[in-house]
Amino acid sequence: MPRHAPDRVAAAPAASLLDLVGSTPLVELTRLAPRPGVRILAKLEGQNPTGSLKDRIAKAMIDAAEASGELEPGRRLLEPTSGNTGIALALVARLRGYPLTCVVPANVTEERLRLLRLYGAELVESPADQGSNGAVRLALELAESDPSYFMPFQYANEANPRAHYEGTGAELAAALDRLDVFVAGLGTGGTLMGAGERLRESFPDVVVAAAEPLPGDEVMGLRSLADGYVPPILDLSKLDRKLLVTNEESVTALRLLLELEGIFGGVSSGAVLHAALRLAEELDEGVIACVLADGGWKYLSAGFWEGGDVERAMERSVWW
Amino acid sequence: MPRVRIPPTLRGEVGGARELEARGETVAEVVDDLVERYPTLSGQLLQDGELASFVNVYVGGEDVRTREGLETPVREADEVILLPAMAGGA
Repeated sequence: MPRHAPDRVAAAPAASLLDLVGSTPLVELTRLAPRPGVRILAKLEGQNPTGSLKDRIAKAMIDAAEASGELEPGRRLLEPTSGNTGIALALVARLRGYPLTCVVPANVTEERLRLLRLYGAELVESPADQGSNGAVRLALELAESDPSYFMPFQYANEANPRAHYEGTGAELAAALDRLDVFVAGLGTGGTLMGAGERLRESFPDVVVAAAEPLPGDEVMGLRSLADGYVPPILDLSKLDRKLLVTNEESVTALRLLLELEGIFGGVSSGAVLHAALRLAEELDEGVIACVLADGGWKYLSAGFWEGGDVERAMERSVWW
Repeated sequence: MPRVRIPPTLRGEVGGARELEARGETVAEVVDDLVERYPTLSGQLLQDGELASFVNVYVGGEDVRTREGLETPVREADEVILLPAMAGGA
């Protein structure tokens, strides 16, 4: 048997799983590119230790709170989340010795609830019909009524965009010599604000584009529009484009991503790819970089990849 | 005529409709037409003559704030979507 040298020299062993957060792979989507000269690159954030880009901000928010002295040893953490941030915080909390309570909309997929429990988080469910707004509201009320909680609060924590400035954005800037369009999903706004700012420093003309979900009627149960919520870290004036993606469009793109490129992505990855392909239509040539926030594992029970009509089921849940 | 998709929170103001037709060649004209027919919408959609901060308006699937705001053109076949600002899942 011939002996093969390894293709890549293995890195030295990491001292902690948290040292493996970030430095995610970037891959070109050659089969999805609409024409020669337009390149689409995907940053695979599902390769982080708990399987999503939220590992970056969970680590950064806890590091910052420990460094400032705000977070004392053993204090209970509280966070509103639709899953990924909670799972990432649960890993950091477990390794650093903090108990964690997550406020989660009652209608997220079972996989996310099970993972949160497995990693050791306690769950408080918020009303399904209020989507993520309901989780934010309830977590703010709990934090207000019980000051023993420490709430990192990703929607307002500057460590969130900073993690993407120093991580996601810097990694992309180092890997590329040209960038025309940057596309990421809009949740807290952390990726778009942080990585967007870093990428503008290297590529001043880059178009920073948000893909955002069109929520189902059944998760928009706000009493009035004034119950709407704009995350404090999100400055809409820093977005060049903001594209609404329907559930159906996200799922169609998810299937394409798997069929053509072999990438098993989560729901927001489908939305981001859909937005990237739409923006690619406007380019004769150029480079588009997309952030694919997580893999499809946590959405398997929804049956997106098996075909059939998933639109009805999608109306009733919070997907990202 | 352009169609306007009404979110659940505003359906009470428009007799329960999920979708309405509205006249106008810009977002401002479409909003004016709606407000003329359903005056209580005014307080929900506008703040000092601008779109209220908790309202998102989309034409052709793109937020008008990253286009030309209230002056964004609306074509006959366009769908205008009104949505409350929602915290993204995260």
